[in-house]
Amino acid sequence: MVEPTPAVPAAAAEPAARFTGFSLWYGTFQALYGVDLQVEAGRITSLIGPSGCGKSTLLRSVNRINERLGYVRTEGAVAVHGVDVYAAQNALVQVRKQVGMVFQRPNVLPLSIRDNVIFGHRLHSRGAGRTTRADEDAIVEGALRQVLLWDDVKDRLNRRAAGLSLEQQQKLCIARLLPVKPRLLLMDEPCSALDPKGTEAVEELIWELRGEYTILLVTHNMAQARRASESCVFMLLGKMIEHTPTDEMFVTPQRQETADYIEGRYG
Amino acid sequence: MSAPPPHPDTAALDRRDLAWYVDKLVAVLVFVGGVSAVVFIVGIFAFVTHEGWGFVSEHFSLRGFFGSIRWAPTSTSNPTYGALALIAGTASVTGLAMLVAVPFSLGAAIYIAEFATGRTREVLKVLVEMLAAIPSVVWGFIGLSVMNPLIIDVFNVPIGLCVLNSGLILGLMAAPIMTTIAEDALKAVPDTYREAAEALGATRWQVTRRVVLPAARQGLLAAVLLGVGRGFGETMAVLMASGHAINLPTSPFDSVRALTATIAAELGETAVGSTHYQALFALGIFLFVVTFVINLSADLIVRGIRKT
Ligand SMILES: Nc1ncnc2c1ncn2[C@@H]1O[C@H](COP(=O)(O)OP(=O)(O)O)[C@@H](O)[C@H]1O
Ligand SMILES: [Mg+2]
Repeated sequence: MVEPTPAVPAAAAEPAARFTGFSLWYGTFQALYGVDLQVEAGRITSLIGPSGCGKSTLLRSVNRINERLGYVRTEGAVAVHGVDVYAAQNALVQVRKQVGMVFQRPNVLPLSIRDNVIFGHRLHSRGAGRTTRADEDAIVEGALRQVLLWDDVKDRLNRRAAGLSLEQQQKLCIARLLPVKPRLLLMDEPCSALDPKGTEAVEELIWELRGEYTILLVTHNMAQARRASESCVFMLLGKMIEHTPTDEMFVTPQRQETADYIEGRYG
Repeated sequence: MSAPPPHPDTAALDRRDLAWYVDKLVAVLVFVGGVSAVVFIVGIFAFVTHEGWGFVSEHFSLRGFFGSIRWAPTSTSNPTYGALALIAGTASVTGLAMLVAVPFSLGAAIYIAEFATGRTREVLKVLVEMLAAIPSVVWGFIGLSVMNPLIIDVFNVPIGLCVLNSGLILGLMAAPIMTTIAEDALKAVPDTYREAAEALGATRWQVTRRVVLPAARQGLLAAVLLGVGRGFGETMAVLMASGHAINLPTSPFDSVRALTATIAAELGETAVGSTHYQALFALGIFLFVVTFVINLSADLIVRGIRKT
């Protein structure tokens, strides 16, 4: 399924996300060690590595959602499209507008399907002129169509989102990001709570979104990384080990640790 | 082949050692404790009903009891038992108390559950629980000796023992327990909702208002209902701060008399079994039913949350 990707114009080489010497501690436990990484814009980059190596932590550092915990300390920098996320103390909301996140378990809000989709838009459109009901309807329809959910739910937009199947919920979680027009989507094992059919459907959707959005996809499933991404990052024990195009990584890994992992020696 | 010798441990399996007896004893004690709760509830209700029944069956009429404000049980010529003023007294004090307590306790609960972190949160929680432990007579004392002169001064009224005074006192009394229950309701909202909303760029307050409060609304309603129940049943503070005058209140500065305060003040001075005595128990039945219904609704609402 990995086709030659349309070459990203070399001039627009500003990465969607750039980590420079980024370290992170949970209390006294260091979870990331000086990560240097550039996530190319407009592509799908998958993040693989054994459980506990810091994939989620790295992902959650981009939109600083980690800091909800209150005992997180960081060093180094993360920039999203050139904006230093950790310097922009007051612009966190702006950063999160640019960066959508999909979680491991679908976490729809306890609202109707429609309200879930329009939630982010309402947050960010305040002051920028009234959005009419019709505008909202159009936004909801557009987002749901884009995640291939419209036909399933168009007759029950006002029902609770929690009544949907897990696959539909996860698609809804992706749909609610789109009205805010983020540039980067962070996905933390978005299929791990789904059955094989749901996994396939959501993977297909992720593939569809490629190009329009930059996607950083955490997975512990190597087959998924191989199927669904163009570029691949391997992490081990909090360190970034290797970052190469996906097809190269799985054929000719550059580092011994990567080779060992791909051959299943870390489980 | 002879039968195999009994397994050496068989005897040990059947041993009734100290732990066995302690276990049985505790089981019995705990059972008695559990049953006694039911026995007491039923027993108290039976007692109150029994004592008040004479009045209900002989002197009670809907208009006379609920429609009249004349509570004059000691009149020698024409004793009357109109409870309307007492009910209005309790209702007005409780109503004002809720006006005070609901914003305070919801605000406190939201702050503790959604905004405060670490030590601040822990300290606040302990403080709120300590507030809940202040005896009601102390609150009544504050109403009598602090609020009373204050109200007289500030509002330039002849007497400060009134709906305002007892409502404020009762509101402050009910707020801690309401805060605790409301905070539990907010805590019960899964954190994944907050995380999802925050990742979408919501501020703390937006998360609270658009996600957490709607998700917790049943629990918050239960907290308010329990506060109402508390207000209805409170006696001592209301007795001390309300002025204890039979009155249909038309302003917050009117003195009133509450149902509970009436019972507390008069029961000691009546002859057991007299009509007056029975009428006080009839007030008791009414109170019991009202608080029971309120608490039951709160309980059912909370149960409803658990199921969904
Ligand atoms: N909230 C937390 N508090 C303390 N340690 C954590 C927390 N979350 C993750 N960790 C630790 O950080 C390391 C990386 O975790 P994580 O990023 O979740 O790994 P992965 O997603 O690759 O499985 C693990 O050792 C984990 O135990
Ligand atoms: Mg993870």
